[in-house]
Amino acid sequence: MAVATEMEKPESKLVPWTARLEKMPWWALILVLLGVLIAYFIYTKPTYQDAFLFLISGVRLTILVSLVSFALSLVLGLILGLGRVSKDVVFYTISSVYVEVVRGIPILVLLIYFAYVVTPVALQLLNALGTVILQNLAFGPLVRLAEYLANLNIQNVDMLVRAIMGLAFAYAAFEAEVFRAGIQSIERGQMEAARSLGMSYFQGMRYIILPQAIRRVLPPLGNDFIGLLKDSSLISVLAVRELTHLGKLNRARTFQTFETWNTVAFLYLILTLSLSVLVKVMERRMSFEE
Amino acid sequence: MKSNNVHGEGSPGVVEPLLMDEDIIVIEHVYKSFGKTPALVDASLRVKRGEVCLIFGPSGGGKSTLLRCINHLEKPDGGTIIVDGIPVSHARTNIDLVRAEVGMVFQLFNLFPHLTVLGNVTIAQEKVRGRPKKEAERIARELLERVGIPEKADAYPGQLSGGQKQRVAIARALAMNPKIMLFDEPTSALDAEMIKEVLDVMLDLAKEGMTMVVVSHEMGFAKAAADCMVFVDGGRVIEEGSPEEIFSNPKEDRTKQFLSQILE
Repeated sequence: MAVATEMEKPESKLVPWTARLEKMPWWALILVLLGVLIAYFIYTKPTYQDAFLFLISGVRLTILVSLVSFALSLVLGLILGLGRVSKDVVFYTISSVYVEVVRGIPILVLLIYFAYVVTPVALQLLNALGTVILQNLAFGPLVRLAEYLANLNIQNVDMLVRAIMGLAFAYAAFEAEVFRAGIQSIERGQMEAARSLGMSYFQGMRYIILPQAIRRVLPPLGNDFIGLLKDSSLISVLAVRELTHLGKLNRARTFQTFETWNTVAFLYLILTLSLSVLVKVMERRMSFEE
Repeated sequence: MKSNNVHGEGSPGVVEPLLMDEDIIVIEHVYKSFGKTPALVDASLRVKRGEVCLIFGPSGGGKSTLLRCINHLEKPDGGTIIVDGIPVSHARTNIDLVRAEVGMVFQLFNLFPHLTVLGNVTIAQEKVRGRPKKEAERIARELLERVGIPEKADAYPGQLSGGQKQRVAIARALAMNPKIMLFDEPTSALDAEMIKEVLDVMLDLAKEGMTMVVVSHEMGFAKAAADCMVFVDGGRVIEEGSPEEIFSNPKEDRTKQFLSQILE
């Protein structure tokens, strides 16, 4: 809040007029010009227009994938982050193994691994579970569920679902570390004060620590959301028809390499830049409350 | 023993209150070390119901550790601590229930910065005592009136002075209707002109008969309100006595020396 009071300095006659040019945000101007240029192309050139219309459904899917997998990764990440600061050895160990393993594997590999290794294995387990239930304790509504589980086929699990889950599991490890850092950044006295009032550890977390910690980690969470949106291009290897995959398809369809990838990059930039503006606005809102 | 209410009826494993009911806090042969550094060595202390007990001594001597053992913010390595008939270190004791009866005020206030003053004073009432919001707020406003800052109810802690913060912290602890109040150097982080406003609140509390254990070097407060004074150094309770005894006729050389240093 310490902005408004700064007095405007009188312009010195000794400073050459070129000095003012150096202070201009040229980078923003260049970005805007580039954007306008591509927008102009899309508006006027049939090849660009064709690419744009073909790609736009990919944008929708990219947004959907990013939103859903980020939401999932926040939930899982919060649980894992609580594990990372927990005194419970089992909880701590499970969370730490998860975080270390998942952080240490490239996301592309993780996505492929999740889609082609974890999903089939999980399905086989579910099939086995369904069969066991059918044979042993099949009664009432359980039969329906057991039959459903036993007959699950790998083709029932859409690649889109596998991609979203894969991204969520990968990013949960990052979010876990963000939450851990946020929780640990809150002074020890806060939990002590909460406990001294008779709150349990869980209540202290829920009502005292987490509300403060989450406010503090909003900037890194915003960054991670932008990062996830960009990494969602990786699921094109799973043939999910998001923006990048449609880019490849459009190139193959029309052989318009320039037009296709210019438009793809342009669309991603619009998404990420508007997100980062949104994140900044949100940060400012939250910091004013205190 | 009417005081044994935290466990309820027939709770197994409860050690029978070892001592007379008038000793609301009993600390016996407590040891505590941080790593290899001993913080408490065979410390023992008793505080009677309604008594104001002042713990003083050089920094690093174990005063705060002794105080924090009472509500189990520090877990002693050995020894017995009994608060209102409940052995706090016992495995079957639900420490949260004991702490709800023991208010604590910290040196650095530890107010919850994301809540308003009113929120600070009501949150534990609602979440721990289960009081309805209306009632909790009524009690909170009464207490803020009592500590002299009713107009700050809707302010955030960041907007208060140190003295105001500490008074809110006292109100927050009192809102739980504690049987004991612990003060961990409540005025050490305050500017000189704010110390009095906090001490006045504490003096009022003492007059009302609250059992208080205070770690402090405020000898004026000791003379005015303390029933007993405890000198702690090197993790040991060196000397214990009434303020008259301690000020006029300390038995131990160490106590004499320390008092002469701080009573320049």
